[in-house]
Amino acid sequence: MSGAINHDGRFGAYGGQYVPETLIPALDELTKEYDAAICDPSFVAALTAELETYVGRPSSLSDAPRFSKHVGAHVLLKREDLNHTGAHKINNAIAQALLAIRMGKRRIIAETGAGQHGVATATACARFELECVVYMGEEDMRRQELNVFRMRLMGATVIPVRSGTRTLKDATSEAIRDWVGTCDESHYIIGSVVGPAPYPRMVRDFQAIIGREARAQVLERVGRLPRTVVACVGGGSNAMGTFHAFVGDAEVELIGVEAAGKGLEASEHSASLQRGAPGVLHGSLSYLLQDAHGQVHPAHSISAGLDYPGVGPEHSWLRDTGRATYVSCTDAEALDAFGLLGRLEGIIPALETAHAVAWIDASRGRWASDDVVLLCVSGRGDKDVAQVAQSHTISV
Amino acid sequence: MLSERFAALRASNRRALVCYVTAGHPDPGASLALVQGLADAGADVIELGVPFSDPVADGPVIQQSSQLALDAGMTLDRALELGARAKPDVPLVLFSYLNPLLAAGSDVLTRAHDAGIAGLLVTDLPVGSDPDRERWIGESPLSFVRLVAPTTPTERMASIASHGGGFVYLISRLGVTGARSELPPDLPATIHRLRSVCELPICVGFGVSSPEQARAVGALADGVVVGSALVTAAGRSVDDALGFVRALRAEMDRA
Ligand SMILES: Cc1ncc(COP(=O)(O)O)c(C=O)c1O
Repeated sequence: MSGAINHDGRFGAYGGQYVPETLIPALDELTKEYDAAICDPSFVAALTAELETYVGRPSSLSDAPRFSKHVGAHVLLKREDLNHTGAHKINNAIAQALLAIRMGKRRIIAETGAGQHGVATATACARFELECVVYMGEEDMRRQELNVFRMRLMGATVIPVRSGTRTLKDATSEAIRDWVGTCDESHYIIGSVVGPAPYPRMVRDFQAIIGREARAQVLERVGRLPRTVVACVGGGSNAMGTFHAFVGDAEVELIGVEAAGKGLEASEHSASLQRGAPGVLHGSLSYLLQDAHGQVHPAHSISAGLDYPGVGPEHSWLRDTGRATYVSCTDAEALDAFGLLGRLEGIIPALETAHAVAWIDASRGRWASDDVVLLCVSGRGDKDVAQVAQSHTISV
Repeated sequence: MLSERFAALRASNRRALVCYVTAGHPDPGASLALVQGLADAGADVIELGVPFSDPVADGPVIQQSSQLALDAGMTLDRALELGARAKPDVPLVLFSYLNPLLAAGSDVLTRAHDAGIAGLLVTDLPVGSDPDRERWIGESPLSFVRLVAPTTPTERMASIASHGGGFVYLISRLGVTGARSELPPDLPATIHRLRSVCELPICVGFGVSSPEQARAVGALADGVVVGSALVTAAGRSVDDALGFVRALRAEMDRA
C-alpha cells in the first residue's frame, strides 16, 4: 500500500507543498536528505541505537485483563507511554534531530500543543547539543505548565504564542514563520504527520515503529492479528504510526478517534475528518475545520494535543478510501476514561489517549470476547493530572 | 492592463510603486477611501490583500490587519466588491492565500475579472506545487503574479518567470512580511540572478519601509512593493497612509 504515495508525495489528492516560495528549496533539500538517510546503514544504525538504549524501545505490549473484562474483548496496550519523556513523540524527535545533524543544521524549531512534542524535541536537542526553540500557544502553556517547565529545564527556549486561539494551530503558524526566516540554518521538527511534503510521510515512517513492533508482538502473544486497532488522532502521528503496519491487512479494522470536544453538534470540537472539508492549512491539503469563506474555524478539545483544526493528509486519504474509520469522543467521555484506565489497570493515560480509551469503553458489546483490540497508549497522563483535578471530575 | 502599465513606466523611465493594503483594514469605509486615493497619491499598482485567519507568510502587522478586517466581516467576495466600487485608475492585483480562493468556488477568477481585478498573487501556491490549480489560474483572464525568494535557485527562477504574468514579485529577504530598517546586502546579486532569466518586470518587496529604501530598491529593480509600513500608516488614518505614499513617490521620482 505504499503505492498510496504519488510521485509528488501526495496521498490521493491530499498533501502537497502549499508553502511560501522561500521554503521550497529547504523542503527539496529535506526530501533528498531524508531519502538518502533512510537508505544509509550508518544513519539507520545510529537511530536504532538511540531508540533501543535511550528511548527504551521496543515498548511493551501489555495485557489489560480488567479493562478487557470490562469491555468484553481481549484488549492489548501498546505502551508508548513508557518511552523516555512519556509519549510516542520522542520516536520522531530523535530521528529528525539526527537528520538535522546530518544536514548540518544546529538550530531546531518545534511547535507543541500538549508539550509532549516540545519536551521530546528539547530532550533530543539537549542530548545532541542543538539549539532548541519551541513555539507554544499561551493557552496550552497554562494547560500544560509541567511540560513548559521540563522544556526550560533542558535548556530550550519556549516562546509563548498569543495570536489566534493561542493553541497548537497558532504555535504551528509561528514555527513556520520562524522557519521562513531561518531555513538556511534551522531545521523545523514538525511534531505530527502534518505540514508540507515530505513531513507527513517522514513523520509517519519515524512513528511506524509503533505498529511494526505491535504487529509482531500481537502475533507472538496471541498468534493472530488484531480485529481492531485504535488510536487517538490529533495531527495523527501516533495513529499513522500504529496503522501503517496494518494498512495491508484488510481484515484489521483501523479506528481513529478524534476529539468531539463539547459535542460534534456544538461546533466546539476538533473532529476535522468528520466535520471538516478539504482545505489548505500549514502546507498541505487535508480535511480542515473551516467556514464557508475558507477561514479556519477554531478547534476545541480539553486535550491540548488534539486541539487542532487540521489533520495529516494520509488520514484524509484513508478516510475517503474507507480503509480507516474515524469516530470521536467528547471532553466528558475522555475525562471519565482517564480515570477508568487508572482504576482498572494502574495506567494513567494522557488525555489524548483517553479519547481512544473512551471509544473502546463506549463500544462495549461490539466484539466477541476473544477478539483482539490493540490500543496505542500514546502517552502517560502525568502532564494532565493538574488540569483534570481542576475540572472537578476527580478529586485528588 | 499590468503589462501596459509597466510598458508606460518603462517608456518614461520610472519605477513602479506597488502598494499593498489589506482589504477591510482598518475598517471597510476607510479601506475603500484608501484604495480610491492611492492612484492619485502615486501608486502604480495596488495589491488588495484578502485577509486569512492563518497567514504564515506574514509578520505581526499584516496578521493584525487581517484579523481586524475579518472581525469586521471582510471576505474574498467583499474584497472584490470593494475593488469594483473603488475602481482605481491603476491595476488591482488580488493577493490571497489559497484556501479562501478555493472556498470561493471555481468561478471566482471570472468574478474577480468582472470586478476589475487585473492580476492574482497566491502566497502559498509555489510553481509546480499543484499543476491543476496553477493551470486554473494561468488560463484565467487574470495575470498570475508569481513569487521568487532569495533561496530560489537560478534554474527555478527561470521556470517561475516562464509560468508567471504581469510582473515577478521578488521577496527581498528570508522571512515574513514586516518593515525593516536595512536592505539585505545580497539583494543586488539576487536581482541580477533573476534578471538574467526573467523578461517580466521585477518588483521587490518585503521589508521596504521608507522613501529612501524605496529609492534604493528602485535603482535596482523595475518596481518596489510597500506593504507593512503602509498598513501601519493606514492603521493611524487614511491621510497618513496617502501622505506616506506621496513621500515614497516623491523620493522615487527625485532626479
Ligand atoms: C500523548 C499524546 N497523544 C497524542 C497526541 C496527538 O498527536 P498525534 O495525533 O500526532 O499523535 C499528542 C500530541 O501532543 C500527545 O501528546
